[in-house]
Amino acid sequence: MSQPASTVSSDLQQLASEVLSKALKAGATDAEAVVYEGDEFSTLVRLGQVETLKESGSRAVGLRVFLNSGKAQRTASTSSSDFSNESIARLVEGAITLAKITSEDPFAGLPEAHEFGKIEEDQHLYFDDVNAMPPAERIEIARRAEAAAMAYDTRIQNSGGGDFDTSTSHKILMNSRGFTGEYRRSYCGFSAAPIAHDEKGNMQRNYWFSNSRTVTKLENPEEIGHEAARRTLKRLGARQVKTQKVPVVFSPEIARGIIGNIFDAANGDAIYRNASFFSGMLGEQVAGENITVIDDGTLVHDGIGGFGTRPFDGEGLPTRRTVLVERGILKNYVSNTYTARKLNMKSTGNASRGLAGNPGIGAGNFFLEAGTLTPDQIIGDVKSGLYVTETMGFGVNLVTGDYSQGASGLWIENGELAYPVEEITIAGNLKDMYKNIVAIGNDLIFRGASAAPTMRIEGMTIAGA
Amino acid sequence: MTIPAPDHKRYFIEKLGLSERLMERCLGEALSAGGDYADLYFESVTSTSLGIDESLVKSASQGISVGCGIRVVSGERTGYAYTDDLSSDRLLRAARTAALIASGPAKELMSGFRHTETPSLYPVAGATSDAEIAAKLALIQRADKAARAYDSRITQVRAGFNDELRRILVAASDGTFASDTQPLARLNVFVIAQDGSANGGSGGTARGTSGGGGRVTMDFFEGDKSPEHYAREAARTAILQLGAIEAPAGEMPVVLGPGWPGVLLHEAVGHGLEADFNRKKTSAFAGLIGQQVASPKVTVVDNGLMPGRRGSINMDDEGNATQETVLIENGVLKGFLSDKLNSRLMGMPNTGSGRRESYHHIPMPRMTNTYMLNGEDMPEDIIKSVKRGLYAVNFGGGQVDITNGKFVFSASEAYLIEDGKVTRPVKGATLIGNGPEALKYVSMVGNDLALDEGIGTCGKAGQSVPVGVGMPTVKLDRMTVGGTGQ
Repeated sequence: MSQPASTVSSDLQQLASEVLSKALKAGATDAEAVVYEGDEFSTLVRLGQVETLKESGSRAVGLRVFLNSGKAQRTASTSSSDFSNESIARLVEGAITLAKITSEDPFAGLPEAHEFGKIEEDQHLYFDDVNAMPPAERIEIARRAEAAAMAYDTRIQNSGGGDFDTSTSHKILMNSRGFTGEYRRSYCGFSAAPIAHDEKGNMQRNYWFSNSRTVTKLENPEEIGHEAARRTLKRLGARQVKTQKVPVVFSPEIARGIIGNIFDAANGDAIYRNASFFSGMLGEQVAGENITVIDDGTLVHDGIGGFGTRPFDGEGLPTRRTVLVERGILKNYVSNTYTARKLNMKSTGNASRGLAGNPGIGAGNFFLEAGTLTPDQIIGDVKSGLYVTETMGFGVNLVTGDYSQGASGLWIENGELAYPVEEITIAGNLKDMYKNIVAIGNDLIFRGASAAPTMRIEGMTIAGA
Repeated sequence: MTIPAPDHKRYFIEKLGLSERLMERCLGEALSAGGDYADLYFESVTSTSLGIDESLVKSASQGISVGCGIRVVSGERTGYAYTDDLSSDRLLRAARTAALIASGPAKELMSGFRHTETPSLYPVAGATSDAEIAAKLALIQRADKAARAYDSRITQVRAGFNDELRRILVAASDGTFASDTQPLARLNVFVIAQDGSANGGSGGTARGTSGGGGRVTMDFFEGDKSPEHYAREAARTAILQLGAIEAPAGEMPVVLGPGWPGVLLHEAVGHGLEADFNRKKTSAFAGLIGQQVASPKVTVVDNGLMPGRRGSINMDDEGNATQETVLIENGVLKGFLSDKLNSRLMGMPNTGSGRRESYHHIPMPRMTNTYMLNGEDMPEDIIKSVKRGLYAVNFGGGQVDITNGKFVFSASEAYLIEDGKVTRPVKGATLIGNGPEALKYVSMVGNDLALDEGIGTCGKAGQSVPVGVGMPTVKLDRMTVGGTGQ
């Protein structure tokens, strides 16, 4: 069952409104307050025993103020976890004092009043079964997932454990131009992380997980444990391969990272600075004609809100669906109010707001549209190549598109997964990689806010022995 | 002149109204269902962040976070709860929540706290958090100016100054009562260089970053660690990258320059030697104590006692004294980094390595400043010894899979070595290796040990803590370089 997001917590709303009126009284020409309240629970069960149990709640308030001189504005922000009157007074005074030392910027400022809004339909973001679930049941799911992984094969004798996490949050955003919005979100998830060893004593670890906004949609703990075991066993006996250029098939978990770089490259903040390889490319062919990439902050899957779904963005604009790349053509940059003004565009409702600092730009549910091939077909077309199941490192340069990451996975021989490989790197340039995605799978599944199906990229360089 | 040691606990007693009596009551409540040990971790952090962008001061923010984390340990089990409300009601409630981990008769509490003195590795009075905002602003304005003045091809400059003052107090059922005040500052510069005539006329864009700091006063940023220094470094690397060729691909000799390339040690061995992974036997280094895991030329230490360093701490987040710990001596694995829980369960010494991101988090073994000691080789001889290889002097981040030992770190400034000479700059590339094996290929160690500039942040199990790394110039006979070129 889903709770409407309109359950009002009048205390928090009142706090936000108090902070705003104090800021205006102190000289702010505009102000925006955010109040956050959340609960978290986590447990780790290892080798059948509860190893950690953590349970707590926290809250915080953030304030952003503006000082308008007519043509331009100064801005600063403050945050506090202390809601006492004395602390709120300091929050307000601190923000005004800080704002006075910042520069006047004609692009700064809250959105225009007519831009505000929120998705009014229930987005199914909060389910009270998450908080209602007794701790003993949560621990039991973590225990079952780990136990299933450990029972799967005799080569699994150790474990990083099974865990179960929940969190619920309540966020209120209010500003001096009349916007008030709030939403609650719930999350629950569990995983198993078994460790397998081969006859030489070499160890490998992997994991698998299930998550949702409601307990009722969590998968079976035994199935998750078994999948974690299979994924771990697959890595045993991995070896290096020689340096060579081959087709690379990316599993959905890794494909989503490479597709995620499209969002980062289309980030308006990087665009106006010329700090992205997508700068100046609007309307140009940046990927193959088979590529359509979408950001949608409104997705609801089978009655459950997506992990990237929310009714309004970090500045109070309604979330929406934005096509970034349509059949290979770069259609839109993603922006918040500030970067949209810099680019002389409209905000795409992608403002992300932390407690302090200027709003950033964040994705909603971000994905590559599915193709028609099965993952087996995508692998089956490869005579000799790599199937990547894990990447490591920070070797992605969004200014140039240069891409170089550590990798492990399985070697493909004559269309079949032959043996595990590790201690290799894969390298290329994202500009070329997006044009060389020659096969896209039909296996688009959202296990997080972003998702991509299996895909194959031709002509990447593998460095190994 | 002797400066009296600052009384770190005063803030908690006088400003936050906490008393030793209340702490004893909370510990009593925490052990009301049994358990071997309980501790309270009080923390108050104030942070400031300033940013200049397009020569405008576009961002300024301040944050205050105050709270307490309460932990109960029972055998291998840990219960944890925290509160951002320090009233006695909320503290006692958090203690009862943490106590749920244990199930037995109440434990008798020790009688009285043992107040411990901490060293003074960094300034408290005069830390950057006390400085005028205008003085901090001047730093980033100078950085902006210097980067733009470096070369007309520098088209975008962003600079930021972030600092915080973190006050902590630990009171534990084993009598520990210790407190510290930890300042931390960091100046960052990020630039974009553009050149329409680069790459044979097709044009090019490149980025450059630099930064540094530590647990320091504002004076640190005068002298040789000035904003101009960081600005020129960022600008220099961006301009250099405009002319970089493809990095090579494959196995080859690699020479790492002094300082930040020490991130190799952090990833290749440091994490694998944290006691929690070894107690659980999930580390590739488990069971290797006393064995040769590196060339005899390699000695690696973790040292939390270096004055003013970003990774240094007067005490860890469990109230233990910080120390210098030898991890690898002449290639032989000597020890692990441990905290209270793991040292007790493993019957090993506590190295004072229990750290945490904030009161929201359970402490665990972490590094401080991790570096390789000097060898005897001259850096120029090391370069000369390589016929064809890679010379990498600066890196972005790194990552390790503790269980299979595979680690990566990504070069941001590197050159080809051809016939014993450093020649052309190459594009960024990720280097990959196997922790317990990689350092066996160290064949030369320079005499030019340097620590990094003070920018490192280490992530483990979702918790970030400031750390330092360092090493002298080092040659590894073979390592896999992940470029796309020949």
